[in-house]
Amino acid sequence: MPIDGALLEIEDLNAWYGESHVLHGISFDLREGETLSLIGRNGAGKTTTLRAILGIVRNRKGTIRFRGEDLTAVPLHAIARRGIGYVPEERGIFASLTVAENLVLPPVVKGGGMSEEEIYRLFPNLAERRSSQGTKLSGGEQQMLAIARILRTGADVILLDEPTEGLAPVIVERIGEVMGMLKARGMTIVLVEQNFHFARKLADRYVVVEHGRGVDYFAASELDAKMAGLAEQLGV
Amino acid sequence: MFCIPYVKCLPLVALYGQLLLGLINGSFYALLSLGLAVIFGMLRVINFAHGALYMLGAFVSWWLSITLGIPYWGALIFAPLAVGLVAVLIEKSMLHQMYRLDPLYGLLLTFGITQVIEGTFRYYYGASGQPYPPPPALSGPLNLGFMILPIYRAWVVVISILACLATWLLIERTRIGAYLRAATENPVLVQTFGINVPLMMTLTYAFGAALAGFAGVLAAPIYQVSPLMGTNLIIIVFAVVVAGGMGSILGAIVTGYILGLLEGLTKVFYPEASNIVIFVVMAIVLLLRPAGLFGRAA
Repeated sequence: MPIDGALLEIEDLNAWYGESHVLHGISFDLREGETLSLIGRNGAGKTTTLRAILGIVRNRKGTIRFRGEDLTAVPLHAIARRGIGYVPEERGIFASLTVAENLVLPPVVKGGGMSEEEIYRLFPNLAERRSSQGTKLSGGEQQMLAIARILRTGADVILLDEPTEGLAPVIVERIGEVMGMLKARGMTIVLVEQNFHFARKLADRYVVVEHGRGVDYFAASELDAKMAGLAEQLGV
Repeated sequence: MFCIPYVKCLPLVALYGQLLLGLINGSFYALLSLGLAVIFGMLRVINFAHGALYMLGAFVSWWLSITLGIPYWGALIFAPLAVGLVAVLIEKSMLHQMYRLDPLYGLLLTFGITQVIEGTFRYYYGASGQPYPPPPALSGPLNLGFMILPIYRAWVVVISILACLATWLLIERTRIGAYLRAATENPVLVQTFGINVPLMMTLTYAFGAALAGFAGVLAAPIYQVSPLMGTNLIIIVFAVVVAGGMGSILGAIVTGYILGLLEGLTKVFYPEASNIVIFVVMAIVLLLRPAGLFGRAA
């Protein structure tokens, strides 16, 4: 349901891959400074929701408003300029660029982003390997790099897709710490995550996605009461 | 005297002369294959129109000279800009629709564009060449002691090497180059970072075409300005690009010069093979290393 002064408003969003209707009218709002987690089973439409917000999936219908502006007519490359950063599921580290080049690739779109020095202090592994080819990093390091390069841009909203997928528990913990720090800095985050135990440490609110629509919406404070239902819905 | 046992001996002056000729041809191969590599690397379009754009560069210099009195030095700047502008029109009106299709469609479209451009020029100017003299400052010979070097040809070699080096630096060592390399790998993700990839593609095609136009200006005083000058060269340049590795910037430059020199040496030692040596090398490279000498295997 709409919230007054929401930063991002998604209303009745439908999306198609070719003939396949994937999103069936998902709606949610995002408030400034909060972490909203989209949870749901594999194939429920969580990743497609992020891709439709950004315009990667062009065949879509519905309302996407960011700071009151309709984003559906805004070209893909102009979305980031509004202050929305994206960390894709596959991480998207470029093989032809070094770690340092990958890090500074996204242009700074707003003031207030982290400097390279701050980022290297936050991720010392990246500092040590700044001249290595980006894809020579481990999976965890690549994930850190994918997050780090958006932190530099000054984006105030991050769409984060499955940041812990396929990573060792110790790396997941480190990424959790970094995200906790970002949250403390007031960053607004949309987190798509299969790892519910990871998401529950960070999320302020949840949207349960099923068959391309939001089927349940609740705050973190309601989580304990919802756990039994979620266990059935998500298999957690 | 320089000898290859059981093959041939010849005076060193003749050898140097052929090496210079090879270096000049290599300069054109490198400049043109560099443009093709830049375009293929980013757009995945095999730009058959490259030869026509090269010819256009030479014709624009000639026009500038006879109609506006703009000398060679002005043509070096204005002709590549004009060819780049023509490329923008081609890309915006037709070529951009080929990006999501198999590269074969881009090849066919640019082949058609070549036929239209060259046919039009042949209709108006005939097949014979128009003379375009080198600028006075670059006319005449330079006596190096061991050989006589035409100054204009030395200039072509030097400026081509500088242009290739500048392009390589632009792509490998600058922020713009990093955008290009990243967009080659994953254009959609690069757009989500706020980079206007469609505009970058247009400008990349214009840049590759401008390099061809630049080569055309350099070639005008050597080969004369003829509607067929691109047709004669483009097949060899394609062989250079394939041998160097499709889309490889360094491969295009190095292979261009190496094959130019090899062709020059073949003209001395076994002239009968000089017209085919580049294609023989290409075939051998394809057999032994299908991705090309500098290409990365898919």
